[in-house]
Amino acid sequence: MIEEADIDLVLNDLFEVYGYDFTNYARASLKRRISRLFLLDKFPSFAEFRYRLKSDPGYLKRVIEGLTVTVTEMFRDPLFYKALRTEIVPTLAAKPFIRIWHAGCSTGEEVFSMAIVLKEANLLHKSLLYATDLNPQVLEKARRGVFPLVQMKQYSENYIESGGKNDFSAYYTAQYGQVKFEESLAEKMIFSTHNLVSDRSFNEFDLILCRNVLIYFDKPLQERTLNLFDESIGTLGYLALGSKETLNFSSIKAKYRQLNKEKIWRKIG
Amino acid sequence: MAENRLTTSFKAVVIGGSAGSIEVLLKLLPALASPLPVALMIVLHRKNSTDSSLADLLSSKTMIPLHEVEDKDPVLPGAIYLAPADYHLLIEKDEVFSLDDSEKVNYSRPSLDVTFESAADVYGSSLVGILLSGANADGTAGLNLIKARGGVLIAQKPATAQAAFMPQHAILHAPIDRVLDVDEMAVFINSLNRPN
Repeated sequence: MIEEADIDLVLNDLFEVYGYDFTNYARASLKRRISRLFLLDKFPSFAEFRYRLKSDPGYLKRVIEGLTVTVTEMFRDPLFYKALRTEIVPTLAAKPFIRIWHAGCSTGEEVFSMAIVLKEANLLHKSLLYATDLNPQVLEKARRGVFPLVQMKQYSENYIESGGKNDFSAYYTAQYGQVKFEESLAEKMIFSTHNLVSDRSFNEFDLILCRNVLIYFDKPLQERTLNLFDESIGTLGYLALGSKETLNFSSIKAKYRQLNKEKIWRKIG
Repeated sequence: MAENRLTTSFKAVVIGGSAGSIEVLLKLLPALASPLPVALMIVLHRKNSTDSSLADLLSSKTMIPLHEVEDKDPVLPGAIYLAPADYHLLIEKDEVFSLDDSEKVNYSRPSLDVTFESAADVYGSSLVGILLSGANADGTAGLNLIKARGGVLIAQKPATAQAAFMPQHAILHAPIDRVLDVDEMAVFINSLNRPN
């Protein structure tokens, strides 16, 4: 079994050798991720795992992928998307230009969901969707807009439950077990690496979505991240978090009002 | 194991269950005395659903405060915590919950093994792991880790379980301390940290 001190050593290596700082990630989950990687890759000892990580930049990619959770889906929590459609997006319609930031976008499923919502509201043409993640490999996947066909049944059900009225399959073409979403959706997306631990605010947004990312951070890093979002949201802009995340215990709380039972807050101060 | 070891200095009880375990909880929760002497965490295999009707149902059966966990909620004695659907439930060293939406384990999220293991890390010998009715093998590996850290293991008496496979599997593959029916479980939990 991997001990706490081993975790500290790996985190130190990642920072010293590669500049990735995971020290303020929630430790219980991080320990699971490191143990899982160590077992999957069948290292005879923890020292050998560390040696490989330090000496092989190619293996770093695998470690970053292994340490970060990339689970995502389209129209995840359909009722959240319903609230976006009916309560949030209409209030953005009068703006000459709409800027949205998906922070921690993983392989892009939520960005494509958002683009579909905006297209159906006739707003996609004047929107820009910034999608960032610390992991360059997931961004590469997101950029391609290609997803496994087997998941489309579930996504289509989510889409309908979220209030979608079209034929979901009209948004993609299927080939060899994969689907590619139509080009017009991706045209308004900008993908870039951004690390919420170490990078700064880079624009002002009308809506920031960061769902199921903060759960992997400890409280001080959650606080830092929420402040980064606060600096990046214009007055009357929105912040959307995951269904079990909150800003209620953060210093920015006073400036925000929660909209309804979905985890969406509006900046009022 | 000394008998008084079973009744002193426990901080947390984790109950894991699958098919047939909600019925057990509906019977167990009303029998628990308030104030509860420990923090009680409940992890159930449940349909992926964001509605909170299960928490409402369970909390209607007890005067003890019962919440569905939100990320970084503190773990407090005297309260009951329900793992939310579609997240693994973990506990940090400083006794706050962390949620995790990574891959399913044993085809399950939440997985019983994941919470048992994490709770064992934090609570060591002051932890009780209880495994209820269910139809798969989730939980057994986690119970073994609780025992490795000095905790106490309880399995539901298979003859009283709607789905006997899960507690039976644990009885065969983990050093279970006690095999109890639901009434006996309530007596056991109520007696924790109380002088005989």
